[in-house]
Amino acid sequence: MKPVRFDYERPVEIGAALALMQDEGRVVKIIAGGQSLGPMLNMRLVQPELLVDITAIPALKRIEDTGSDLIVGACVTHADFEDRRVPDVTAGALAGVARGIAYRAVRNRGTVGGSLTHADPSADWISILSAVGARVILRSASGVREVAVEDYMLGALAADLNPGELLEAVRIPKCSASARWGYFKSCRKTGEFAHAIGAVLVDPDRGVFRAVMGATETRPILVIDRAALFGASGFSTGAAEEVAQAAGMGDLLDRRTHAVALRRAFEQADAA
Amino acid sequence: MTKQGVGARLPRKEDDRFLRGRGQFVADIRLPGLKDVAFVRSPLAHARIHGVHIPDACRGRAFNATDLAGVKPIRAVTTLPGFKVSEQWPLATDKVRQVGELLAVCVGDTRAQAEDIAAAIELDLEELPAVHDMVKARDPGSALVHEHWGDNVFLESFMEVDIEKAFDAPIKITRTLSTARQSMAPMEGRGTVAHWDHRKEQLVLHTGSQMPHIVRNGLAECLGLNQEQIRIISPDVGGGFGYKGILLPEDICLGWLAMRLGHPVRWIEDRRESLTAGANCREHHYSITAYADRDGTLRGIDCEAIVDSGAYSSYPFSACLEAAQVVSILPGPYDFPAYRCRTWSVATNKCPILPYRGVARTGVCFALELVLDAIAREIGMEPHELRLKNLVRPEQMPFDNITKKHFDSGDYPQALNRAIAMSRLDEVRARQAQGEADGRLIGIGHSIYCEQGAHGTSVYSGWGIPMVPGHEQATARMTPDGGLELRVGVHSHGQSMETTFAQVAHEVLGIDTARIKLVHGDTEYTPYSTGSWGSRSMVMAGGAVATACKEVARLAARIGAHLLQADLAEVVIKDGFAVAPSGQVSLQEIAHTWYRRPQDLPAGIDPHGLESTIGYKPVRDTGTFSYAAHVVVVAVDPELGDIEILDYVIVEDGGKLVNPMVVDGQIYGGLAQGIGTALYEEMQFDASGQPLASTFADYLLPGPTEVPEPRLDHMEFLAPYTEFGVKGIGEGGAIAPPAAIGNAVNDALKGIGAELLHSPITPRRVLEAIEAAKVAKLAGSVA
Ligand SMILES: Cc1cc2nc3c(=O)[nH]c(=O)nc-3n(C[C@H](O)[C@H](O)[C@H](O)COP(=O)(O)OP(=O)(O)OC[C@H]3O[C@@H](n4cnc5c(N)ncnc54)[C@H](O)[C@@H]3O)c2cc1C
Repeated sequence: MKPVRFDYERPVEIGAALALMQDEGRVVKIIAGGQSLGPMLNMRLVQPELLVDITAIPALKRIEDTGSDLIVGACVTHADFEDRRVPDVTAGALAGVARGIAYRAVRNRGTVGGSLTHADPSADWISILSAVGARVILRSASGVREVAVEDYMLGALAADLNPGELLEAVRIPKCSASARWGYFKSCRKTGEFAHAIGAVLVDPDRGVFRAVMGATETRPILVIDRAALFGASGFSTGAAEEVAQAAGMGDLLDRRTHAVALRRAFEQADAA
Repeated sequence: MTKQGVGARLPRKEDDRFLRGRGQFVADIRLPGLKDVAFVRSPLAHARIHGVHIPDACRGRAFNATDLAGVKPIRAVTTLPGFKVSEQWPLATDKVRQVGELLAVCVGDTRAQAEDIAAAIELDLEELPAVHDMVKARDPGSALVHEHWGDNVFLESFMEVDIEKAFDAPIKITRTLSTARQSMAPMEGRGTVAHWDHRKEQLVLHTGSQMPHIVRNGLAECLGLNQEQIRIISPDVGGGFGYKGILLPEDICLGWLAMRLGHPVRWIEDRRESLTAGANCREHHYSITAYADRDGTLRGIDCEAIVDSGAYSSYPFSACLEAAQVVSILPGPYDFPAYRCRTWSVATNKCPILPYRGVARTGVCFALELVLDAIAREIGMEPHELRLKNLVRPEQMPFDNITKKHFDSGDYPQALNRAIAMSRLDEVRARQAQGEADGRLIGIGHSIYCEQGAHGTSVYSGWGIPMVPGHEQATARMTPDGGLELRVGVHSHGQSMETTFAQVAHEVLGIDTARIKLVHGDTEYTPYSTGSWGSRSMVMAGGAVATACKEVARLAARIGAHLLQADLAEVVIKDGFAVAPSGQVSLQEIAHTWYRRPQDLPAGIDPHGLESTIGYKPVRDTGTFSYAAHVVVVAVDPELGDIEILDYVIVEDGGKLVNPMVVDGQIYGGLAQGIGTALYEEMQFDASGQPLASTFADYLLPGPTEVPEPRLDHMEFLAPYTEFGVKGIGEGGAIAPPAAIGNAVNDALKGIGAELLHSPITPRRVLEAIEAAKVAKLAGSVA
């Protein structure tokens, strides 16, 4: 389990990184924290000729407050969220979720941009950032575009990233004082990837209701219509199971587990 | 007892280097000119080999089976009647029979380069249907792993005692149970560094091994060398659990390469190799019927069991160690009058099944103990009361059970009673009845087992495997300045032998343990031994150390008598001194006299000096029987299937504990592995024989947050046949947990009517069982 030979560059500017990615002669791969790419390199599932390490680019660690949003650079780590070096604009949701990702050693290096781009359906950022309504900012030599986090994942291990494009930052909308969130993940042991995730953000002042069933076989299932989940007697597990089924979740026990995870996320939000 | 001797909680001598990261494992060995090895492994479970093509550019750095002509296959044969022989070639010749089987060996300056070469080797394989299901493997028309056998059965084993007398019992419970295939996961994987020593004309193989002398036996046979031409060095070993007792095809390839290439070569197994191609174990399948009276008295057990032995018989334990043992150990510590058991060791297109801590007992305990709880539920009895009715009683000791196992000593009911009392059964039952605010269901379960350890010649000669233990030898030798060297052929892979054997020697001679050095893990310097396995090292090598030290004491007394001008009969060795009525002289002075001032000794002094190599066997070598009762309280989340362990109690009898702290450590480690078997570890295969987990992301091990701190209590019923009364205790911690946890989960779910009969008990399996119970209830109410 050793990677193939590759060249290695560690630019300090986004422009330089984008230029290296234009290299037509070599298979180029970006590496951020290396926590997902590292094992794939070692197992030779990925065989790049040039590895561009983007973690020395200060612009990718930038955190900017635009008034309505917080822009967080792609190379900000899980631990940066956990330790609240990233200012809290989501009533503590992101710091709370970060603390439960993997183990501290992984959190020290793993980045939000790497996690979203790796597009593992069981990962935490994809679910909670979908719930808070975040967007990714993608930059290439020809310009910038923005995509909602839930759309950035095309499917398991596939992100909507064009050749030559880089995830530059994540745009996180600020919650109001009325916001409540809940996050429940079902996994068999500490640090293990989830088998079912429920993630919820309810922000009445902004008129936001977002519920996510994550850790599916593919993209997270986002529900923004409260009526699809709540009946006269409150949250309906059966309704959530139907939503999951409509989204293509074939297995009965899977649907039930996801519905329970979502219900528990709501219970947590209510208790807050 | 002195505070360093037998029974002392002496801190481990090994800890200083291990805790400072100064242990020396195979991967730490650096030799000039060392090159790295990577293997080309079969991507298919079953295929005919048409070609393993080595491109010209790789010649001299890659080798296939043709290059290894002359090397013999591994043959682990038993003398059990009907056993069918497999031949495991170091590099596969005609067919591959498991994913990961070796096809070519590649040498590079680095492991990465060796893997580059491996990637360039072209394979021409014709895929054959794979035998992946041990139950179906016995169906007529099944694909065959070894065609010339005509079926897929290594061995069928059978025993029957009066089974028909049980048939009229009023209670009859039948269950089908199974345990998943696992992969042992010592922190350090396998690894070998080999080189040819021109000065000694000797192949030197450094390999983390529990059994260096056995590796030498097998290697000599396969490579056609004389034993004195091979030296096996086993340095620090980072966990073994059975995996490091095995002679691997990789070892043979490395030995061959070192001789062929003339420079040192190294192979360090990576985790993917270990999981998918190496360390498989445990896969059992049982159909059991138990017969009982309404008061819980067991009338008989009738069982058919299958063990998935994988493709080859592994050296030296063979392919039938587990299934054939199931027949003799299934009755456990229970006394009942009728028994029938038939088992099959079945060949499949998977890795050879290897002995793993608890060998066969973990599966057996799971199967029998879950069935006993099923009886208890059927007749509405507390499960421990049912067990108390049937356990062997202390006044029956020593006791020969229905399969002629000789239980040496102990009080099994007491162990269970103490464990139940510690677990506060009544409080748990009250809490259970009350219900939990969070909707979880509480369950309490227990299990009890016996662990036969250190069984010797009389047991293993019956198996006739390549390794039959005889007398265990040890050398004790005083140094000129009064220290002591001990040499043993067993090898520590975590058992703290440097500490505990020093305690044994200290008990006899009184020499400070700081001055006692254990030499082990090197065939050049140690007496022959079958090595460390079967919970035997303290009983056997510890007994040998004590015996050799007593001999040194006798020799030292003679010199002491001369120096003290005393009568030999008056001299005793005590606390490091030869003591006589006329005075005392230290062992240090005695050693100084023997080695440095021989002129002070009389002409007729005993020429054996202060050194002894001697063999030891217990008075009876049918094995020591340690045992324990485990009680566990769990909370089961019926919505998600999650299981949390709330409390874990163990009451254990290991006879005389040489170092109780070390024993506790063995129990903690075993428990962690038992919890792995119970709840997490599972190596799944698809229908083409592909293993589905190749990293720890897919093969789940319990971590620190999943293993509770157990509450331990010890009983010390001395073993009647061994030195100091010690019993082997190395494996027990890993035997009982799946059964205890399984029973606790079934206790929690009994109101729903769900029952779990397959380990590991995953959330998915819990949900499926609950779902099945609901469907059954619905069907019942409709009907
Ligand atoms: C033991 C272990 C347990 C884990 N458990 C969890 C868990 O419980 N929950 C969880 O969510 N995650 C878990 N992870 C994954 C972890 O969070 C990773 O850090 C994360 O998935 C990847 O981030 P990274 O920065 O390490 O990315 P890398 O591994 O460096 O890269 C991942 C992929 O993203 C690409 N990439 C990286 N950055 C960019 C960018 N800015 N623009 C474009 N492409 C980019 C790379 O080319 C690569 O394809 C675990 C990992 C490990 C090793």
